Amino acid sequence: MTDIPAGSLPVDKSQSAPSTKVRGYWGSVWNRLRYDYTTLFCMALIAAIVLAAIFAPWLSPMDPEKSSMANRLRPIGHAKFGLGTDEQGRDMISRLLWGGRVSLLMGIVPVCFATLIGGAFGIIAGYYGGKVNMVIMRTMDVFFAFPSVLLAVAIAGSLGGGIGNQMITLTVVLIPPLCRVAETATAQVRSLDFVDAARASGASTYSIITSHVLINVLSPVLVYSSTLVSISIILASGLSFLGLGVSPPTADWGLMLSTLRQSIYVQPLVAALPGVCILITSIAFNLVSDGLRQAMDVKA
Amino acid sequence: MNEMRSPDLSLVEAQSETPEAYVKVKDLEVRFVSREATVKAVNGVSFELKKGEVLCVIGESGSGKSVMMRSLLQLHAKKRTRMTGEMRVGEHDIMKVTEKRMSELRGSTISMIFQEPMTALDPLYTIGDQIAETVMRHERVDRDAGWKRALELLELVRVPSPERRLKAYPHELSGGLRQRAMIAVALSCRPSLLLADEPTTALDASVQIQVLVLLRKLQREMGMSMIFVTHDLGVAAQIADKVAVMYAGRIIEYGNARDVLMHPEHPYTRAMLSSTIKDQDRSAPLDTIAGTPPDLRALPDGCSFAPRCKYAGPECLAAMPPEVTDGRNHMARCVRVSAVRGLLAFEPGLAAANVPA
Amino acid sequence: MTDVIETTASGPDKRDRGGPAQPMLIVENIKKYFPIRAGLLNKKVAEVKAVDDISFYVLKGETLGIVGESGCGKSTLARLLMYLIDKDEGHLILDGDPVGEKTGTSLDGLRRSLQMVFQDSYSSLNPRLPIENSIAYGPKVQGATAKSAKEQARALLEKVGLKADRFGQRYPHELSGGQKQRVNIARALALDPRLLILDEAVSALDKSVEAQVLNLLGDLKEQLNLTYIFISHDLHVVKYISDRVLVMYLGQVVEIGPVDKIYENPLHPYTQALLACRLSMDPDERVDSAPLAGDPPNPVNPPSGCRFHTRCPFAEEVCMSKAPSLGDALRADASEHLAACHMVHAGSGHSKAPNPDTRQLPLWQQGEMR
Repeated sequence: MTDIPAGSLPVDKSQSAPSTKVRGYWGSVWNRLRYDYTTLFCMALIAAIVLAAIFAPWLSPMDPEKSSMANRLRPIGHAKFGLGTDEQGRDMISRLLWGGRVSLLMGIVPVCFATLIGGAFGIIAGYYGGKVNMVIMRTMDVFFAFPSVLLAVAIAGSLGGGIGNQMITLTVVLIPPLCRVAETATAQVRSLDFVDAARASGASTYSIITSHVLINVLSPVLVYSSTLVSISIILASGLSFLGLGVSPPTADWGLMLSTLRQSIYVQPLVAALPGVCILITSIAFNLVSDGLRQAMDVKA
Repeated sequence: MNEMRSPDLSLVEAQSETPEAYVKVKDLEVRFVSREATVKAVNGVSFELKKGEVLCVIGESGSGKSVMMRSLLQLHAKKRTRMTGEMRVGEHDIMKVTEKRMSELRGSTISMIFQEPMTALDPLYTIGDQIAETVMRHERVDRDAGWKRALELLELVRVPSPERRLKAYPHELSGGLRQRAMIAVALSCRPSLLLADEPTTALDASVQIQVLVLLRKLQREMGMSMIFVTHDLGVAAQIADKVAVMYAGRIIEYGNARDVLMHPEHPYTRAMLSSTIKDQDRSAPLDTIAGTPPDLRALPDGCSFAPRCKYAGPECLAAMPPEVTDGRNHMARCVRVSAVRGLLAFEPGLAAANVPA
Repeated sequence: MTDVIETTASGPDKRDRGGPAQPMLIVENIKKYFPIRAGLLNKKVAEVKAVDDISFYVLKGETLGIVGESGCGKSTLARLLMYLIDKDEGHLILDGDPVGEKTGTSLDGLRRSLQMVFQDSYSSLNPRLPIENSIAYGPKVQGATAKSAKEQARALLEKVGLKADRFGQRYPHELSGGQKQRVNIARALALDPRLLILDEAVSALDKSVEAQVLNLLGDLKEQLNLTYIFISHDLHVVKYISDRVLVMYLGQVVEIGPVDKIYENPLHPYTQALLACRLSMDPDERVDSAPLAGDPPNPVNPPSGCRFHTRCPFAEEVCMSKAPSLGDALRADASEHLAACHMVHAGSGHSKAPNPDTRQLPLWQQGEMR
């Protein structure tokens, strides 16, 4: 209702007064986002978490891997260790900051790769349809058939531990859902008349995909992949927890949660800290993607 | 054009206001409020409709015709809609009625049919299920009675082989049959007011006529009142008793269908009629209305049509023209229209004083 | 402004190749059946005869109106002509040159000469592109530089009545329906076509806007020396804009002829019924029963014989068994009026068919059918 156009003919005197300010697509997205305080807050939160992880070497008060048997399992609020220590006497603040690095890396990098690969396959499948679509999507369905955790464990188990293998595992797990989203969005765009108009002007498929399809498929895919960041973090934590991800003594939220599990009756609050970090980060990513979806929704 | 019409006294008498108007809308205003702007969609609409009468509301997109009608069912999102004025349907005061009572009224006393039946019918249930469900909910009868009524209704809307169609899903029906099925759902609880929002616009001309003839017949048989929104003057001519022409959220002309469609007085109605394509000279360009409809966020003072009107003068923009009504209850809101010997008459007056270049 | 748009009706058209008598486009026996597949193995179980052996031609500078109910194959025909879907059979001859064959015009040549204006103004423009870029896309694809394509787009916007400075950078959702349709027209004109296919181009518009756009189309046709194929289900509009009219029913041509002959003396009962479905503006001229009962039959399994016989009030035995022929639409003169109905063909076996004595008369004069 709000985008009733201000008239077309300048001769109309009534129309000369306020007319819609012409802004670009991203401008209008920002304009809607500007008043969405929840999303803005979550964006700021994510920025803070990312910055904290990046600057962990400078921010952390101590060496995250330096253990001290004398200072095991100090409580939160301790004079020297603000958030206490873990079961090996390592400073929790430092470990959480360093652990954020690994966890965020696990959240963001696999999603980026999966978006590129899955998105490309999805767009190809959605645009060409027919047999191409069948081959790509049925292959994806094979991966889809397994629960994602099970699939991740299976792949990670066969590849072995380590950060690199963990990233590959997560990427493979995340490709099918992204491919599906991209395929649906592309098939929808493909059926619209403006694609036919572009074909009628003699454009090549490559040109149509890059200048017409991509720009329309981008927003649903981006929104969806931002929800996957939190899933990826949680999956990575799960793998580390099972010992299939990073190996000790590297700090990682999932791994920390796993090792502190034994101390849960001694220092429950300290043991919960890595879990809280995972929770806050994933909720923030989810809320941001929710807000983005609303803001990117163009009323035709 | 006006001279050819003689005041028909018998009609004047028949029209003299009887008190029992069934639908009564007075000074209805609807505003949509958002952060950026307030859209003044309906700006003071008043009309009355008797039992068994059909009112056609004609207007172009953005004229507020659908918004006005949907207000009668309280279909607007409460959060960003501001409504003032009076609306009564029978003994119900629509402005004051509770949300719970309103949902009882919807579908039973007041029913609505839409342009696109696929959006009004649930794709997951058969036609029979949907009709029976509505009947069961509103009339508190059992399933068998509901299905029996569903069959009757499909027969009523003249769906061929109704037993088979009861078990069909909406996507299995053709456009015309779907529209009939939706009408059947809407009529399932014998509403006394039927609201129709361009129900024939998406149909082929051949099917459109079938649906119009059917609606007219059912409306007569059931004695329903009906408000029918359309932008097609030909459709209005087929079905209307009364016609209201809306522009920028106001009724600018109102009267008996024949008076408004054959003897329009308001310059907008006249321009709309002459720009409607029908047997025009092929070698000459068509008459058009210059400019575009006004921005509902910033309406001019005075007559909203003045900026596009051939006959507009400074007095048109000074204040909203008053309603001029003649003895046949034909109303127009234009300073150039006056009632002469019981009939409305349009006088161009100081034409071309303010004609946009 | 680029020279492409500067072809006016005054001089001979530089692009003309076959001379004024050569039809702009000849469509020869074009066919498209869509298979319907079902089951595990995707076996073909039936086919929709969307366009079933259609032939016609469009003269240079004329407007050919195509009418019919939804599902009659009008839009499929438009897309076949645009090569947006592949035809099963048939030929296109563009200004004397066969399209897509070794000796004729290339597909690219067709694309430059033939453009289409789409119906739905919501889906026909890319919602994420400023309209200027949408218009400039075609010329860019055909090799224009970004700068000249943009200049051309802005010139075209002015040509269709939209101020380029004011509207060029807007997005489709910031425009009204009529404005979007003007942009659609501008985009179709960007490749300097000679033949424009207008597929329900004004159907979704308000009446007063519809008149504006029709006037624009009339002006453009004269200025740019265009030929139109105007597809619509609105018979009033088709009557106003067309020189000749082609009536389609279930994938076939049932009647073709000059607009006045079709509207004053429709020969096919289907055309008669369609014309009777036009609504009068006079409330006293209400119809009490619909002129045409039922919905169009399913094109999957069209009726045998004459496809209209299931809804035709004059149907007889012969109509069910034998399909009436239209006659040779390609050889007939543009002033001839052809109808695929047994009642107009002498000796067809229909009781209302004309006496063989009147055979010498042109078909359309053979008279009173009702």
